[in-house]
Amino acid sequence: MSMTTAGVLFVLSLVVALVAVHRPFGDHMHRVVAGTRSSRIERGIYRLVGVNPAAEQTWGVYARSVLAFSAVSLLFLYAFQRLQNHLWLSLGFDPVVPHGAWNTAVSFVTNTNWQWYSGESTMGHLVQMAGLAVQNFVSAAVGIAVAVALVRGFARSRTGELGNFWVDLTRVTLRILLPIAVLGAFALMLGGVVQNLSGGTDVTTLTGGTQTVTGGPVASQEVIKELGTNGGGFYNVNSAHPFENPTTWTNWLEIFLILLIPFSLPRVFGRMVGQKRQGYAIVAVMAILALAGITLTNVFELTGDGTVPQAVGAALEGKEVRFDVSNSATFAAATTLTSTGAVNSFHDSYTALGGMTVLGNMMLGEVAPGGVGAGLYGLLILAVITVFVAGLMVGRTPEYLGKKIGSREIKFASMYFLITPALVLTGTAAAFATGNDSTALNVGPHALSEVLYAFASASNNNGSAFAGITVSTPWWNTALGLCMLFGRFLPIIFVLALAGSLARQQPTPASEGTLPTHRPLFVGMVVGVTVVLVTLTFLPALALGPLAEGL
Amino acid sequence: MRLPSWLSQHLAALRAVLVFTVLLGLVYPLALAAVGRLPGLDGKADGSLVTAGGKTVGSSLIGQSFTDADGNPVPRYFQSRPSAAGEGYDPTSTAASNLGPESVVDTLTGDEETSAQSLLTQVCARSKAVGELDGVDGRRPYCTPDGVGAVLAVFRADGLTGRTTRVVSVNQVAPATPFVASYQGVPVELAEPGEDYVAAGGLVTPIRGDAPADPAVPADAVTASGSGLDPHISPAYARIQVARVARERGADPAAVRRLVAEHTTGRALGFMGAPGVNVLELNLALDEAFPAR
Repeated sequence: MSMTTAGVLFVLSLVVALVAVHRPFGDHMHRVVAGTRSSRIERGIYRLVGVNPAAEQTWGVYARSVLAFSAVSLLFLYAFQRLQNHLWLSLGFDPVVPHGAWNTAVSFVTNTNWQWYSGESTMGHLVQMAGLAVQNFVSAAVGIAVAVALVRGFARSRTGELGNFWVDLTRVTLRILLPIAVLGAFALMLGGVVQNLSGGTDVTTLTGGTQTVTGGPVASQEVIKELGTNGGGFYNVNSAHPFENPTTWTNWLEIFLILLIPFSLPRVFGRMVGQKRQGYAIVAVMAILALAGITLTNVFELTGDGTVPQAVGAALEGKEVRFDVSNSATFAAATTLTSTGAVNSFHDSYTALGGMTVLGNMMLGEVAPGGVGAGLYGLLILAVITVFVAGLMVGRTPEYLGKKIGSREIKFASMYFLITPALVLTGTAAAFATGNDSTALNVGPHALSEVLYAFASASNNNGSAFAGITVSTPWWNTALGLCMLFGRFLPIIFVLALAGSLARQQPTPASEGTLPTHRPLFVGMVVGVTVVLVTLTFLPALALGPLAEGL
Repeated sequence: MRLPSWLSQHLAALRAVLVFTVLLGLVYPLALAAVGRLPGLDGKADGSLVTAGGKTVGSSLIGQSFTDADGNPVPRYFQSRPSAAGEGYDPTSTAASNLGPESVVDTLTGDEETSAQSLLTQVCARSKAVGELDGVDGRRPYCTPDGVGAVLAVFRADGLTGRTTRVVSVNQVAPATPFVASYQGVPVELAEPGEDYVAAGGLVTPIRGDAPADPAVPADAVTASGSGLDPHISPAYARIQVARVARERGADPAAVRRLVAEHTTGRALGFMGAPGVNVLELNLALDEAFPAR
């Protein structure tokens, strides 16, 4: 079987699996977020945390709970890294430097998992499993909670109440993330992913050299890294490492876990607003954009344009033999289309146009299907913008799911959309203005690609990298930390504000002039609006970087 | 006493962080580590370590260098791919090269410490070395016969356009011979160490040359993996190494080929990933079947 045929079957098998599970799994998630009965463990947690699970929150209280939880998490994680040398399982590592600890704390709390450091030589096992991996769970749960709050804004009427953040956080963590993580970790261990507390085994190799075979609680972190679209690797080389991703089928499983929740959440949306077809429309938009991204990445990588790939005969630099070009490209597309950022091959060595595609995948705003929760709320914002644009065309007050999109709503949606491009483009410009672009490994247009990629990745909370660039300096750690922080929490505030304003409205019954938002026409319009907005925003920057290199 | 709401919220947040840290950060991973102690799973959870002669010699999932103390290939062993992890296959400093597809101009300063090879030159040098070691044609497109990137800096009268005024082979320094004598009627010069011909306005022009489009040395033999720990080589790279290994061990090439086939994993379910040969396991099997004389 040729590599291309096998690669196509690989993608098709993922599509079939996702189509098969998204309904039952989406229904399960719907029961979790809509249910009210607490288990004994959950009641115990509510008591320990000191919250009343029956109390509903307004959008302001919900937002403050999100921010309080994230702020405390950030401080906790910072302190954890700074004190790691005093703790159990530190492996003898020094405390993490202050600017690095800040960057990493922000990175994991914002579900970005950008990594300036090399895991195997910086973080002790305890920081990884009890610090970083915990945020892998709860930052994912925060994303889902915010998305659910926005959907409640569409589903409810004449109320200020959007649910209870602490209840959403707990239920999503215990009933969605943890059970799959346990099963997935077990499967990965069967494939050969390590799960131990060893500091490493020194061996003498066949030819008399020495090698330290590293250890660590990897499987437990690996699974949630994918499932929660986090992406922070236990080791420096992430899912390319044989101890994180040992076989061709663990590679399939990891991509499946990355896509599972983001593609199933539209089902939850459809169930909650009482019209499943609205969920299908949203998932269709996601699927169209995702298939385009996956196809383009594969085509460019398999074609292998560029001097070095031509000399080699394939774009194989930075890729593993067991994954080969196509399965590496598919992973790269999945990780950048969601906000995961895990990598099983190194994007810096991709062909110019392949590298541009993964960069473009992130620039879509992480909506196809996007990060857990963040993808759904990002796409709903784009749907709101689309009905607004459509409303302007025909001169009617736009509405979505019976809620009027007035000036207040469209302001929140526009602010949401503008934050990320503003961060990406000003950040990139600032790096060049201050001379901090000089830490890029490559030269010429490829250096611009490295800088642009770094800011796109941080601001979109993706976390993957054109990893040639050195970002362990105070300037880079601070700047990217700020981008991750603003890129995560400003949009969340606008989403919750929008949710609050929608929930207060009395729904308008659909009339003949209402634009149906479940038809292919609307799906096509959302795709079009997304692509046009993103292209208009980023094309000049892309023209100077990857396009200049590739054409 | 009733706390102000901003304070009670942060208190709840702190308690939530602690509760989840215990549950997700200690109970969950340690329970899985305990599962990893189950017989049958413990070998994998500990890193799939392999032993030879009673001693642990590595992990079947982690590649190794089969080189001597000076970094030269040990010819009786199948060789792994190039590696960017530390000094090569160092699991404590895993890395990829991260060099881009148009990394074609070397930094030549005249000093080994500060010079840096472009990715293209690394590919060309590896191809030439593998070709010599295994007795196959090591030529590749865009490579010079002496194993560096075949790249010219072309200076034109009006910058981007106009008559060609000067041509430098940027990756070749004396005493090399320029890989082409002249370009567009202008004689090709060798590069001077320390000169930056790109900054001086030379247009970077890779020259394909007449090497076969399908080189005898396979792609994985000339590229570094993403992890720097790739345990596999392609069946094609194993194939060109068979004759050398068999000769060094005084073994029948057909028997060595059989061992290669035994240590080749195909695609999972027939379509996932690509076939690969586990180099460490293959070399261990060779040591057992054909001990060094």
